[in-house]
Amino acid sequence: MDLAPAAFPVAERNAVVIESAPVGRRYHRLRLDAPDLSALSRPGQFFHLLCRDGAGSGPYLRRPMSIWRCGADEPLGFLFHVKGRGTAALAALRAGDRLSVVGPLGQGFTLHPSWRRILILARGVGLATLAPLTEAAARMGIAVEAVLSARDPADLMAEEFAGHSGAHVFPVLDADGSSDPLAVEALLRARFEAARPDAVFTCGSNRLLLLLQRLSAEYAIPGQVALEQQMGCGLGMCFCCVRPIRAPDGGTVNLRVCAEGPVFDLQAALGW
Amino acid sequence: MVDLATRIGAITLANPVMPASGTFGPELAQVFDLDALGALVTKSVTPEPRAGNPLPRLCETEAGILNSIGIPGKGLDHFIAHAIPEWRRFRPPLIVSLSAGTNAAFAEAAARLAETPGIAAIEANISCPNLEEDGRAFAMFPESAAAAIAAMRARCALPIWAKLSPNTGDIAAVARAVEEAGADAIVVANTILGLAIDIETARPRLGAGMGGFSGPAFKPIALRLTWQCAQAVRIPLIGVGGIATAEDAVEFMMAGATAVQIGTASFVSPTAMMQVIEGLRDFCTRRGFTRSADLTGLALPGRRLAAE
Ligand SMILES: Cc1cc2nc3c(=O)[nH]c(=O)nc-3n(C[C@H](O)[C@H](O)[C@H](O)COP(=O)(O)OP(=O)(O)OC[C@H]3O[C@@H](n4cnc5c(N)ncnc54)[C@H](O)[C@@H]3O)c2cc1C
Ligand SMILES: Cc1cc2nc3c(=O)[nH]c(=O)nc-3n(C[C@H](O)[C@H](O)[C@H](O)COP(=O)(O)O)c2cc1C
Ligand code: FES
Repeated sequence: MDLAPAAFPVAERNAVVIESAPVGRRYHRLRLDAPDLSALSRPGQFFHLLCRDGAGSGPYLRRPMSIWRCGADEPLGFLFHVKGRGTAALAALRAGDRLSVVGPLGQGFTLHPSWRRILILARGVGLATLAPLTEAAARMGIAVEAVLSARDPADLMAEEFAGHSGAHVFPVLDADGSSDPLAVEALLRARFEAARPDAVFTCGSNRLLLLLQRLSAEYAIPGQVALEQQMGCGLGMCFCCVRPIRAPDGGTVNLRVCAEGPVFDLQAALGW
Repeated sequence: MVDLATRIGAITLANPVMPASGTFGPELAQVFDLDALGALVTKSVTPEPRAGNPLPRLCETEAGILNSIGIPGKGLDHFIAHAIPEWRRFRPPLIVSLSAGTNAAFAEAAARLAETPGIAAIEANISCPNLEEDGRAFAMFPESAAAAIAAMRARCALPIWAKLSPNTGDIAAVARAVEEAGADAIVVANTILGLAIDIETARPRLGAGMGGFSGPAFKPIALRLTWQCAQAVRIPLIGVGGIATAEDAVEFMMAGATAVQIGTASFVSPTAMMQVIEGLRDFCTRRGFTRSADLTGLALPGRRLAAE
């Protein structure tokens, strides 16, 4: 059944795959023909994907996947780590196959028009979630610096991250020790001193979340983080995807990553 | 034209399709027009706020899921003040699912709901633990099920739908007991207790240990329970358990259900309920039924399809 997104903000739809390609050793990208959904999507939001390979087999529940590429003149794209049964089924899709998507879902990132510069800190495939921010920022005239952390150059995916946005990428790698926490801290401090960002963004690593929370609190820079949690419905109905989030009164509340998130205030998130 | 109108006691529904408690919320209005549903069924509300169970709260199996969500919620006061007004934006009859730990707490909460405008019926989730019976579910035994329903009946003029549990030895006896205690309809069934183990860690995969199993693999059991209840009571039945398609819904109706609820299927396909309504209309058209209500009970012993 196809319900027009014009009337309803969330669609359930079979979209045709227009590109399916491996990225490096462990990752894969998909692009779909769904221009209206792509135009409707905002960085930080996600889709819930029914992971069925060409033969129709795959896990029972959908899998949440961040929007990696979106916009009025960009096919809807996903970039993911081929991890288990669901993502393996997605990676087995070929151009011309159909993929059932539900979305766009969740609360995305916020960019303030008055900002002049942001800094993004991402580890591994967490960059997929943050990538569409670079294009959105570029359109608003906001400069982007990004510290991308990965195992080795093959896993870095700087091109997948920055696209044509002109974001300035600082790669840090396990292979040469530059992704070591102390080294990343020194790099971030240097960037904060040299070109203080108006906001910072992260996703994908507990260690980097805690580091960025500490440094941005010290420098009084606001931030946002995209969190992950196992999901059932993806819409806010089942309450299986909750995470404890700091409340203004100092306590914590269980919020649904799919509905109140996936993007939360950086300082409100708790490490895991 | 097929007439999908459905009567459950004094309540008339535009069609026999409604959501299952705990798998539905106003969030689904982002996907389709909830006014197209036969009724709206809320998550179970409890008298006091509850935090819910430890994570993971859900795990998947081949054709279904186990859940141990633990009915998190802000309690009855908050529900009446905030959730009811939000639900009243929609037209279909509002069914409030109620869960409590004692007969007295069920009765007290039912009385409060009876004073609250905008509620068409109470669905009594008596599959929850009875704190006065070592935490065994009210719906496990005819006596405890009947006592909870009778306590509510005494304090509440709203229709009461008793939601039964598959975790009982004699569903027909439980069904008869709640009918005699004054239930206006029976919802059958809640989830069946199950377990999954992570063999890498040798721990249950759900944070709470055991969980309730639902989804397509549960359907034959829920259908059998519906069939047994249909032969035990005269009050209307609402069938629930593993329904994902119109064909599934027709099976439940033929087994004796007047209406159906859809839960887990909405997670996989948020438009599942709309597809079932459309498919039900198509089935009736194809088989020459002018009213979907005529499907109810067709497969029961002694009944058969009219000659074409
Ligand atoms: C909002 C959101 C956005 C995401 N975006 C991306 C993305 O852009 N790229 C990417 O590679 N991954 C992303 N993930 C993680 C991705 O959903 C999981 O890697 C995927 O569900 C694994 O499924 P599987 O069947 O391949 O693996 P399995 O390990 O077989 O999955 C088993 C179970 O664990 C759950 N699960 C495992 N890991 C995660 C996880 N990290 N988050 C949520 N559920 C998990 C699955 O839902 C499933 O129920 C995102 C997760 C969320 C919540
Ligand atoms: C995540 C989840 C939460 C549920 N919460 C409730 C609840 O709060 N109250 C209740 O009576 N039933 C609850 N149920 C049971 C469903 O209403 C339904 O009876 C059961 O899932 C079987 O139907 P299904 O196979 O269509 O899901 C829940 C089921 C699921 C999967
Ligand atoms: S996945 Fe169901 S509430 Fe978030």
